Amino acid sequence: MLLASDIEVAQNIGFYLIAAVMVLGAINVVRSSNVVHAALSLVAVMGGAAAQYLLLSAEFVAVTQVLVYIGAVMVLFLFGVMLTRAKLGKDIDLNNKGGAAIGAPVALLLFGVMAYVLIKGFEDDRIVTSGDEAIGSTATLSDKIFSLYALPFWALSFVLLAAVIGAIVLARKD
Amino acid sequence: MTALLAVDLPYWAQSLLRVLGGTVAVLLPAGTIVYLFLFKMMSFMQSRLGPMEAGPYGSMQLFAEVGKWLQKEDIAPERADIRVFRAAPLVVLMSTFLLVAVVPFGPDAYFTDFEAGVFYMLAVSSISTLGILMAGWSSANKYSLLGGLRAAGQLIAYELPMVLAVIGVVIQAGSMNLQTIVIKQNSDSIFGWDGLGYPYILTQFVAFLVFMIAVQAELTQTPFDMPIAESELVSGYMTEYSGFRFLIFFIAEFATAGVFAFIASVLFLGGWGVPFAWFGWDDINSVDNWMNFGGPLIMFTKMMVLTGIIMWVRFSYPRFREDQLQRFAWKVLIPVSLVNIMITAIFKVAF
Repeated sequence: MLLASDIEVAQNIGFYLIAAVMVLGAINVVRSSNVVHAALSLVAVMGGAAAQYLLLSAEFVAVTQVLVYIGAVMVLFLFGVMLTRAKLGKDIDLNNKGGAAIGAPVALLLFGVMAYVLIKGFEDDRIVTSGDEAIGSTATLSDKIFSLYALPFWALSFVLLAAVIGAIVLARKD
Repeated sequence: MTALLAVDLPYWAQSLLRVLGGTVAVLLPAGTIVYLFLFKMMSFMQSRLGPMEAGPYGSMQLFAEVGKWLQKEDIAPERADIRVFRAAPLVVLMSTFLLVAVVPFGPDAYFTDFEAGVFYMLAVSSISTLGILMAGWSSANKYSLLGGLRAAGQLIAYELPMVLAVIGVVIQAGSMNLQTIVIKQNSDSIFGWDGLGYPYILTQFVAFLVFMIAVQAELTQTPFDMPIAESELVSGYMTEYSGFRFLIFFIAEFATAGVFAFIASVLFLGGWGVPFAWFGWDDINSVDNWMNFGGPLIMFTKMMVLTGIIMWVRFSYPRFREDQLQRFAWKVLIPVSLVNIMITAIFKVAF
């Protein structure tokens, strides 16, 4: 049961401000007629996600989001785009004709499915954001990863290793 | 900074103090480094006097330069992507301000006591890459674009050895919190002798070297200044900037040097602390209040020593070639720091 006294006003205002920035950024990613502008909007979305994690006091996840997505993925993205095709100004061929007609239903469907799963899956659960029980703290997270989730963690690291080896095989000339 | 001088400050006063402190912690090192090292030490090494006219020994030269830049016209190339072009220097400067937020300057004199401080530091320092790429692309200039791409390649390559070098310290301290790392170094003892504390430079000297080399490359100082190589690329990603936007790039460059030196001194040289045994302190709670003023001074001294080394190297060595730079990062620094992590982990488990 959610009581009015449980609602943290400042957190909610922060959430909606950041969410607005993220939604506008996300729309700009698909609507923009310039590849680099789209990529920079995506950076704003990623940064917003990191800020949302911080609001949930999941600082380790937030920092990982910045390090991996903004610091590495987006930089490589921009790097690749700028090396190949990065016209200044508008690029008419960038957006498909009638993209919105196909895109909008897909987006709505995706939103519906995810909202349903989230609401159904967690129902009245509340995230503990302070104290020793806080799930986002670095110590709790590492304890979980290296005990309860050790097997998925290993599996993931094998996938990454395979990707690294694959990259080396592809890049080698001989 | 919640209970400075044993006075509980209201929230607005704390915020004001934080903003002021952050500005000072960014601008003061930048100004000192530029005057002392860039103007005076470089001139001395080149057998000349440097600026002498403005103020005693040219000490007011900095204000003259800033005034000059501020009154220049804010020009953008005609075909540039104006919005991105204008935002780029700010993104770079933002990364510097975010970096300083995590540095502890005293027992209570910190901006934020971030639990994953080391990790945060590595993450936000990578944001500046984004600003440099934006500047390079939006200038509508081949030299700028080349400079931006070179910078991005270099910063990505040297971020890895930096991360790996820091891990040795994290393993030894058993914490990613910079404040805890400082306290550990000052309260531990070397084989029972606690006259010096236990600065991690003693056991992590290899990591310290790798870290400082990576910092040199992250700051794009000579010998790693290919992104702004003036003989090849005019001025790299900064070519089209003038006036206060150039000034922001300039401040960000030297302020980041200062902040990285702060972080290096926290990780390897014992940070703001003096060995706790000198004054009979046991832990963080028994540290005297005057350390909130002494700490920043100690940090500043260590920062000047480290930036002195950075600038000394900068003025002494010629530039690497682009392929040498990449090879050095991937084939020398990264393996060395990986071996360092392994050895540190073995010792940590064994003792």
